[in-house]
Amino acid sequence: MSTPTISEKGERAPGASTPQQPDNRPEKQVPPSRLAVLARDPRVLALVFAVLVVLVSAAVGGSGVWPSGWTVDIKTPLNDLDNWLVDNREKSPIFLYFLLHISNAAESSVDGIVSLFDAMGWVGVTLVGTLVGWAAGGSDISRRALRTGGTTLGVFIACGVLNMWAATMETLALMTVAVFASAVLGLLLGLGAGLSDRFERMLRPVFDTMQVMPAFAYLLPLLLMFGVGVPSALIATVIYAAPPMARLTSLGLRSADPAALEASASLGASSWQRLWTARLPLARKQMMLGLNQAIMMCLSMVVLASLIGSEGLGDEIYQALGSLDVGTALTAGVAVVLIAVLLDRTTAAAGERLDATVTVGATRLMTRVRRAVWGLVVVLIGLFAAIGSAIAEREWPDAWTVDLTRPLQDAVDWLTATIGHGVPLVGGTEVWAKGFTVYVLNPLRSGLETTPWWALALLVGVIGWIVGTWRAALTAVICLCLIGVMGLWELSMDTFSQVIAGLVVTVAIGIVLGILAARIERVERMLRPVLDTMQTMPQFVYLIPVIALVGLSRSAGIIAAVIYACPAVIRITAQGLRYVDPAAMEAARSLGATSKQQLFGVQLPLARKSLLVGVNQGVVLVLSMVVIAGLIGGGALGYDVVRGLSKGDLSLGLPAGIAIVCLGIMLDRISQPAGGRPRE
Amino acid sequence: MKNKQIRNTAIAGIGILGALTLTAGCGKADTSSGGGSGDKVVLAEPSWVGAQANAAVVKKLLEDELDVKVEAKQMDEPVAFDALNSGKASAILEDWHGVPKKEKKYVDEKKTVVSGGDLGVVGHIGWFVPKYYADKHPDIKNWKNLNKYAKDFRTSESGDKGHFIGAAPSYSQHDKELIKNLKLDYKHIPSGAEAAQLKEIQRLYDAKKPFLTYWWEPQWMNNKIDMVEIELPKYTPGCEEPAAKAKCGYETNQLEKFLNADFAKENSDAAKFIKKFKWTTKDQNEVAGNIAGKKMKPEDAAEKWIKANKSTWEKWMPKK
Repeated sequence: MSTPTISEKGERAPGASTPQQPDNRPEKQVPPSRLAVLARDPRVLALVFAVLVVLVSAAVGGSGVWPSGWTVDIKTPLNDLDNWLVDNREKSPIFLYFLLHISNAAESSVDGIVSLFDAMGWVGVTLVGTLVGWAAGGSDISRRALRTGGTTLGVFIACGVLNMWAATMETLALMTVAVFASAVLGLLLGLGAGLSDRFERMLRPVFDTMQVMPAFAYLLPLLLMFGVGVPSALIATVIYAAPPMARLTSLGLRSADPAALEASASLGASSWQRLWTARLPLARKQMMLGLNQAIMMCLSMVVLASLIGSEGLGDEIYQALGSLDVGTALTAGVAVVLIAVLLDRTTAAAGERLDATVTVGATRLMTRVRRAVWGLVVVLIGLFAAIGSAIAEREWPDAWTVDLTRPLQDAVDWLTATIGHGVPLVGGTEVWAKGFTVYVLNPLRSGLETTPWWALALLVGVIGWIVGTWRAALTAVICLCLIGVMGLWELSMDTFSQVIAGLVVTVAIGIVLGILAARIERVERMLRPVLDTMQTMPQFVYLIPVIALVGLSRSAGIIAAVIYACPAVIRITAQGLRYVDPAAMEAARSLGATSKQQLFGVQLPLARKSLLVGVNQGVVLVLSMVVIAGLIGGGALGYDVVRGLSKGDLSLGLPAGIAIVCLGIMLDRISQPAGGRPRE
Repeated sequence: MKNKQIRNTAIAGIGILGALTLTAGCGKADTSSGGGSGDKVVLAEPSWVGAQANAAVVKKLLEDELDVKVEAKQMDEPVAFDALNSGKASAILEDWHGVPKKEKKYVDEKKTVVSGGDLGVVGHIGWFVPKYYADKHPDIKNWKNLNKYAKDFRTSESGDKGHFIGAAPSYSQHDKELIKNLKLDYKHIPSGAEAAQLKEIQRLYDAKKPFLTYWWEPQWMNNKIDMVEIELPKYTPGCEEPAAKAKCGYETNQLEKFLNADFAKENSDAAKFIKKFKWTTKDQNEVAGNIAGKKMKPEDAAEKWIKANKSTWEKWMPKK
């Protein structure tokens, strides 16, 4: 019921401490007689009973493994599918008349854009890019337009100076096509979901799966269908990036001002006209936000896609890591962050501008100017494509580059060596990680592994029922059983223990920093660029430094997950606290509550809903790092997915990926309070 | 007003779409050429540095001497075999026979992939401990004594067993089964990626801690660290199959090149060159060491070696 329930519960259940305590905590502010009421609450009784069952059965049983007779062999059919795909890739009509067309279109559009950038030369790309940025900001001399244009110019120059020009262009080309495709797909799905309730109900679990399923797991089937390279990468990216666009489009359509719709209907507009003239324009802001989200997700996938032979910055990073060259990887990572900044600012500015014109209205002159600027962009693209290479070199001149790789490498080496071990008094990260493994991870894992599966299912069901609805409880239990049926119980429990540990750390850090950021303006300002970087820097980059810090272990994976998941939790917490009803805060202050009382008595309880959303996001993000952790010694399901991908073994990678999805949906359901899904 | 905006947006959208299809149209011509045609050669480049060294030297020579356009694409063995089969890659220069199933399917059954002969580099896999540890405990060099020292190798990950640092998932290995079948008191902990394993070994080596690992030659890090091999039960052909019953060490491997069948059949200058390309472990380690150890760019490292070894690579050139 309270924020830390799931996390602390998981940690305590195996150890024999008082499990119902975290549940009592939020209730403490109410008069004490409530405790007696609480004891009679059937939900609390059920929880206490379930926890007791878990503890007793774990102590008595000794081994909680799913009975081997109850598993279903899914390896054989998957192997057959694998073989069929390999044999029929060139013959089957599905490929000849459908899939190959997709694959060819993807490949040729990316190639086309790469050669277009190439033909335009660096001067042309920089110039046109800046112009597009300026036009997106409103193509006038307002601060917004100038700032957007300036950012674009700065990013292009920085990528050139960092000697990443060619790779940046490849990534940008892939991004352009991926963003375009996922925006179109997301828009269509979002339209459907926004207009039809049944369609939305159908799509919701699909979107959940698409986002929780580790990208690695579906890279593999795509690889089998489309082969190595751009098409697989592109399609994987679109699958990953389309859901936020679709979700926000649907949200925008649904939350359109009823009065406006009413007015439009009373004027006799048909439903098509209403959609076209009222609902879509009103949803534009959300759609722009969706596009922005889709772009960010595309960017993170484009880097992952380097694993299956797509080029660009991701490839630079991956190659550099192979020779432990953190400096180069970091430089390429910086270029990725810069592209993220560029695309984020440009779409955000375009969104703001659209919003402004919707409310204020544009003058006829401005509309004409804007149209002229876009025309100019098209003309310039054509012009530079024809003569660009004659004006200047194709690529950024070598003489104008700065080699940052060495200093970056030295800085990282120094840092990891300094805090890695031998720090007086506190010991250093290696010692901490060891302690974390011995005192947290190992007991947690052995606890989960010795708990019988039925006791765990009971506990999950009860929590799901208390937090959400009986339907949530049922879903969670089914997910758990599915894991058992696939024969992945033990591996999943290993992963589960890591996820819980990572989640606790993430939520703890996230809430503390979130509170600080919400209360102290300066902390917030200092954190913002750091959080931006943490979210957009490709995870691969810090895998090697993390090993230097704590060694090849599960802790390394957990650190990576925490780095990745923290920003979202911090942001949501800070936002939730800041939006607490000012009147309530004012009242508390006037009654003479101390700052601490204000925080614990008013702000935190009132912001409980957004804290829960934060935890829920934390679950999704920590899970998405499980696979990455598999790359650096995390083992368990993540390693199986990685192994499946690198061995090209569908029957190994896919079930492990599905098990991760099951864990994700289960955790989502038991961390999701009843009454609406606040994710949007 | 709103109508107008929508119209504008629509016009802009159509414009972008047009531009996209236009560029797509232009691009189509040059993508249709797969690995089969002679004007562009695609090399599959697995993720380890030795493979990068092969690819860099071949690329540089093909481009400078034979004027062939070369693209080196990052892919590991299993993926590379699929690419060779489909013609998306022309050749893989260093294959460790790590995907016997695919090799059988494509080379023997479908005949879409053909052998390109030996690379000349000898691959050797084994179990290794650092020299500073072996010097202190000389009898660890035989696997029979491994259990005696297991407690030295304990970590928080391995619990009360010794920690065995396993290989990256795509590499040929049967360590897990071997540990079980030889009844060794160790826990196999896989690495997930080569980079992760290298970094871990570097970290432990710098701290002078004992460790036991899957390790191999050629490998650029061998120039920087000193390791001693543990003697495993001798390899005999087929002894590692099925893996569940494996009780032996690893085969010393002649690394092999594989070519896309159409590419090989066309017998272009590039194909002839790649078939003849053959160098030594020492050569490869030199280039790889320059790339990874000294942080040179692959093309610079290749150029350096090419300048110093003209007599070697002249033999690879197709006769005019």
